[in-house]
Amino acid sequence: MLEVRGLSKRFGGLHAVRDVSIDVPAGAITALIGPNGAGKTTTFAMIAGFIRPDAGTVVLEGRDVTGMRPDRIAEAGMVRTFQITQPFAGLSVMENIRVGAYLRTADTGAATAQARQVGETLGLGAMLDRPASALTVAGRKRLEVARALATRPKLLLLDEVMAGLNPAEIADIVSMIQAIRASGVTILLIEHIMQAIAALADHVYVLAQGALIAEGTPRAIANDQAVIEAYLGRGAAARMATHA
Amino acid sequence: MKAVALVVLALVPFALPSQSMVNIAMLTAFSAFIGQCWNISGGFGGLTSFGHAVFFGTGAYAVAILQTRYGLNPWLGLPVGFVAGGLVGAAIGAASFRAGLRGSYFALVTLAFAEVFRILSNSLDFTRGGLGINIPLGMGVGNFQFADRRATYAVVLGLLVLATLCAAWLRRSRFGARLAALRENEDAAQALGVDLVRTKTLALALSGGLTALAGVVYTQTYLYIDPTIAFGSERSVEMLLVAMIGGAGTVWGPILGAVALHIVADVSRSFISTPGFAPMLYGVVLLVIIGVLPQGMAGLWERLRRA
Repeated sequence: MLEVRGLSKRFGGLHAVRDVSIDVPAGAITALIGPNGAGKTTTFAMIAGFIRPDAGTVVLEGRDVTGMRPDRIAEAGMVRTFQITQPFAGLSVMENIRVGAYLRTADTGAATAQARQVGETLGLGAMLDRPASALTVAGRKRLEVARALATRPKLLLLDEVMAGLNPAEIADIVSMIQAIRASGVTILLIEHIMQAIAALADHVYVLAQGALIAEGTPRAIANDQAVIEAYLGRGAAARMATHA
Repeated sequence: MKAVALVVLALVPFALPSQSMVNIAMLTAFSAFIGQCWNISGGFGGLTSFGHAVFFGTGAYAVAILQTRYGLNPWLGLPVGFVAGGLVGAAIGAASFRAGLRGSYFALVTLAFAEVFRILSNSLDFTRGGLGINIPLGMGVGNFQFADRRATYAVVLGLLVLATLCAAWLRRSRFGARLAALRENEDAAQALGVDLVRTKTLALALSGGLTALAGVVYTQTYLYIDPTIAFGSERSVEMLLVAMIGGAGTVWGPILGAVALHIVADVSRSFISTPGFAPMLYGVVLLVIIGVLPQGMAGLWERLRRA
């Protein structure tokens, strides 16, 4: 579905992302994890067309979309959400979702019906006519996903949709993401919360200081020395082994 | 309800006892019209232009030059003015939005464009420079010159209805939804497939084309145009003031705003005749509105209805 090859980005002296290659197979949930500042969001922004990469290619379903404008990439079927939620605060929840639905139809009636349906599926039914600014943090995260989903994407890029939520809300979102995958949408997600990764992801890529340091199943990643050290510091894996 | 309101508005001039009162009604409708034009890009799209006079003046000069240089019928000024204003809007929009300008930067650029047009029209022979252009007198409907202000009122009212229909269309069309999304959050809108440059440029072109029609009607009413009347910043300020007082981004805002502004201006004029008092009063009214009622009078109505 998505092939990322050798993606790199420099900001002045900082090599934010270095030679990152990711494969996202159709129908799967693929995760991108890593400590803060590892370059995950920058990678996402390059894939979705918000930042032009210095090097590398992004190929969606065999079509090179590297450096294309974000609205064109959305039209091609790949839509992102934002880690820091970006609601259209002055519009109602329904109007927010409808902006996404308008990508596939110019008809207001059809777009409204589609927006209502997506909103209700994602548990925003009671809030549809309220202003988006009235939503809680969890509600805003849902709205991000609902708007993206209303565009009928083939591939959904979810940037930390669980950050800042409590365990009950996280469990809700996990089952929501599983339902989205079951409906036939491929997913690439950035996440910090390991239980969520373990429950969701088929394949995990680990990014640290701008470069990929490991990839594999969630179970393999959790036991990977390089990964443990990236999160807990040099020598942490060895110390954990002696204490065990 | 709306149809009734329209019929009442259309009959207003026949109920008014004097031409001067008809004139006030015409000026109010005119303010509402140009406010609505500004509202289409400034309110619905959040493209806060400080230089909408650039479109007004384009229309005014288009119809004036059409008649005096080429001897064409002034009614042609409406389509020609609309196209000319639309092209100027598209050009300013494409240049500004491609460069990523928004907010106060966009406001300053539009102000600069209006000034450039004013200076150009002041120095070019084609526009007769600072002398301005006199339209030869020739009263008659065929010549787009009305002896009776009630006819002018009818034309302005028709244009106001047209602009208000455009605003209502923005409320419930895909184009309007995309414009509002860009106003609220550009990144999120683009992520959902909204073409930023195209959408904003079209909005400014539509607003520019309609605003130019106001310039055409102005020229045909007063039969004289010069660089300051056409491109002066007073006209730009009037447009955004009307829209913001009434409620930017609402369908009825500019109409409420125009009525309120003309009542305030006319009442204050009858009490205080010091020159410069009216503009000062406008300033105070605008400050109060922005501070207390950021959504304007239409916003207050919404708040009362929900409360």
